[in-house]
Amino acid sequence: MGCGRRLGGAGVSEENGEPDGDVEPAEGLDPPQGDLTTTESVLTAEATPRFERAARRADAWRGFFFAAPTYLYMLIFFVAPLGIVTMYSFATRNRTGGTDLEGWNLASYARLDEPIVRTIVFRSLWLAVVTTVICLLIAYPFAYFMATRTPRVRNLMLVFVMIPFWTNFLVRNYAWRVILENDGIWNDTAEATQTDTVVDWLLDLPHWMQWAIPDWIENLPSPLFSEVGIVLGLVYGFLPFMILPLYASIERIDLSLVEASRDLYASGRQTLRRVLIPLSKPGIVAGSILVFVPSLGAYVTPQILGGDKETLLGSYIVVQFLTARNWPFGAALSVVLLGIMLIATQIYFRNEGRTL
Amino acid sequence: MSAGPARPRGTTRVALTANAVLVYVFFFAPIAILAVFSFSDDRLVGRWGGFTTSWYGDFWADELLKDSMWMSVRVAVLSTFVSVILGTMAALALERFRWKTQRFFDAVLYLPIIIPDVTMAVMMLLFFTWGFDITNDVFGTEFSKGFGTITLSHIAFNISFVSIVVRARLAGMSLELEEAARDLYATRWKTFRHVTLPQITPGIAGGALLALTLSLDDVVITQFVSGPGATTLPVRVFSMIRKGITPVINAVSVVMLVASLVLVALSLLIQRLRGGSITG
Amino acid sequence: MSDALAAVTLGGLTKRFDDVTAVDHVDLEIADGEFFALLGPSGCGKTTTLRMIAGLEFPTEGSLQIFGDEVGTLPPNKRPVNTVFQSYALFPHMSVLQNVAFGLRMQKVSKPEAMGRAQEAIGLVRMDSMENRRPDQLSGGQQQRVALARALVNSPKVLLLDEPLGALDLKLRQEMQRELKTLQREVGITFVFVTHDQAEALTMSDRIGVMNEGELLQVGTPEEIYERPVNRFVADFIGQTNLLDGTVEATGTVCLSNGARVGVDTEGVAVGGAVAISVRPERATLHGRGGAPPGRPSVDGRLEQITYLGNALVFTVALDWMSLDVRVENQADLDVREIGSEVSVSWDADAASVVQE
Repeated sequence: MGCGRRLGGAGVSEENGEPDGDVEPAEGLDPPQGDLTTTESVLTAEATPRFERAARRADAWRGFFFAAPTYLYMLIFFVAPLGIVTMYSFATRNRTGGTDLEGWNLASYARLDEPIVRTIVFRSLWLAVVTTVICLLIAYPFAYFMATRTPRVRNLMLVFVMIPFWTNFLVRNYAWRVILENDGIWNDTAEATQTDTVVDWLLDLPHWMQWAIPDWIENLPSPLFSEVGIVLGLVYGFLPFMILPLYASIERIDLSLVEASRDLYASGRQTLRRVLIPLSKPGIVAGSILVFVPSLGAYVTPQILGGDKETLLGSYIVVQFLTARNWPFGAALSVVLLGIMLIATQIYFRNEGRTL
Repeated sequence: MSAGPARPRGTTRVALTANAVLVYVFFFAPIAILAVFSFSDDRLVGRWGGFTTSWYGDFWADELLKDSMWMSVRVAVLSTFVSVILGTMAALALERFRWKTQRFFDAVLYLPIIIPDVTMAVMMLLFFTWGFDITNDVFGTEFSKGFGTITLSHIAFNISFVSIVVRARLAGMSLELEEAARDLYATRWKTFRHVTLPQITPGIAGGALLALTLSLDDVVITQFVSGPGATTLPVRVFSMIRKGITPVINAVSVVMLVASLVLVALSLLIQRLRGGSITG
Repeated sequence: MSDALAAVTLGGLTKRFDDVTAVDHVDLEIADGEFFALLGPSGCGKTTTLRMIAGLEFPTEGSLQIFGDEVGTLPPNKRPVNTVFQSYALFPHMSVLQNVAFGLRMQKVSKPEAMGRAQEAIGLVRMDSMENRRPDQLSGGQQQRVALARALVNSPKVLLLDEPLGALDLKLRQEMQRELKTLQREVGITFVFVTHDQAEALTMSDRIGVMNEGELLQVGTPEEIYERPVNRFVADFIGQTNLLDGTVEATGTVCLSNGARVGVDTEGVAVGGAVAISVRPERATLHGRGGAPPGRPSVDGRLEQITYLGNALVFTVALDWMSLDVRVENQADLDVREIGSEVSVSWDADAASVVQE
């Protein structure tokens, strides 16, 4: 830069040509006010600061005009519901299972300290963390492998990650239910009516491969209706959410840096730890949050693969509304869940920008 | 990019390749198995009993399932239509103008993307229950949950996803193009019509497909705002699964799977037309 | 200026972004048919000035006239000017022909006529047979020509060019410089050209306006700007120069920092004023110590470095308080001295100019 002043021209167009940025409109919560003089309607005259302000204001009005319908919609159908949940979380449950919108209190939040609630919250956090770590361990080598392929292969591999990404989540979880269902594809503990289950197949492998099959496989119960089943379903559901941001950030890395690192006597492991992982940190953080957040609030997967035996936060909230009829408590739990999400995403924004 | 030492070799290479193969098997084997067993002539869902298409026939004969399927389609199409218009306008407002309370609007628009399904479901349930209690009491209306509440809720989350996709496209478009059009005597409207709109069309189409997919996928939020007897296919299937799985569910699932795959194919096609990489 | 109506007249033109002044009270007249360059480092306000003329930015205050009409408050689509953008800004979804016809179509010219005139303009920039290509199928130089045709087809009263050659490589750049100059003479339209490349400005323009930090420092022909820079910044920014600090001792005499007195034209500077003498390296001559012809201003020093440039050599001479470059054409009878030898440097009294801060 030749001089210390703010860039004209080129610099401004990089900033979307909106040189007034966020500074000008930040005078309060009202939409821009003032005369709606459009630039077209002003008679030709010498430019004045007043004219420039009016033109900018007219532009601000145009922006507000485009946003207005959506703004209104979101205020009614998103912000208001958010307010109402918060309101309910301070309300009282009456004896008939209804909710009295009076006698505001913190009783629902106080219940968070109950052992059963704490157990559920920590179990949910634990399963979400386990799911995230497993996804990371599978996805990182996968994404690296993908990033080091030729562009053609890379794009093809990407397509086949996009397919599960776009495929109906419920169906994908249900597919595992079909596989793991007792007396089905996985095993048949009840009757010996069927031989070609996965467990049988493992036991039927040739002798030279048997060393890899532990003895207990014969009595291996299906992971269905257990924490293992839930994690399996979550990993299956959210693995693409981890792969895509990881791939995006690894692909951006100049891989000659890996070569430079090897050239400077780093081992493969050292290169991974000191070069690749630090450089792909934005992808790691983004992917982890994209997996962690929905895992924590998961409801469908635990219902289908967990059999509701291991209650998690998502199911517990739903129960408050559909069966226990304790709406204030359910609302309080929802608010807490949202709070955890906001904290997680704040971590992300602090790390990276806004691009997921 | 060079393909030198950055490309793993030796055991690392074998391990990475094996991992990649296993990931793909993991992704696609369950779907394939589900598809195969939807044609199995056995009451037990996971057992092969010869080929049949009767489960599909049972699905087609089930009025409840068929009703909810049409409900799904109607909700998806209508919510996509509305959210594409609103989301695109919001994207334009955020990317091309500066105005007061913009940051607040931006944050509000961002929340539905990160909010857990369950929380949003609870929000919508309480909002409609509370709102209908008031309007029905005060104005004597007879609002109840059903198609309308489902669609309104779907629009609320779809707007955010559409606007994010369109914004990305707008942000990637050089501002000089619009300035050039203005310089070449185009009015604001003509600039939008002849330059901006053609440039962001792939983004709008991508956003629309995403909205369709999300709408057709949603279980939790829809379940909370459904009325008695009136709900979407995924919610109906979900409640059937909870009662116990049957081969008919296999058949319905495969139909839903095919719908998803069609949408994937369309989105891939759009990306191909866009001429960029898949992530574009 | 003659009494003919100026193509562009800026009067106290100012642009402020928040509390930053990008363009500061610029007064300027650009004559009809002139090839005018706005020259300055990045961020000096030259592009903002151009954008204000185009209507892409509204002035904070001041007057902006095109052939006598006040246009400062008109939107870009109502101004009789067209722009060639830095990145060309060709519409990627339109063919070359559609791009070039765009401006005419927006002015509601009938389709056949617009297409015909667009074809003509495409011919003018020698892009015939390319009219059905898409911009991404063209090279940088070809895109540049299309951008030119797209602007010129509207017969603007003034053509604005924002660093149009910045994205081209050196060879193509020089070729396009010649072509632009020829084209401008052919069409007779006023060109206002923004560049940070002083060599480009000197080569192409009839007149140059040098800007820095939002201010227009000097306007003049390339020769005036080069030979008689008004201040230190202009002298330093245009070409290479040696700036010898000193004070005006008496009219026509400057006392340098080391106490040496040299004769130079000090017109317009009060006695006692701090100045610098600008001596262009190619106007200075190297001699053995004391070998400077009497009457010529000179300073003594020691030869420090010789830089070989191929067509010329640059001798860097260390004085007591600074070093000074002397540029000599590479000729057969070149008298090369040894590094470290004691030398004198002299120059033509009328080739040096006095500049103030």
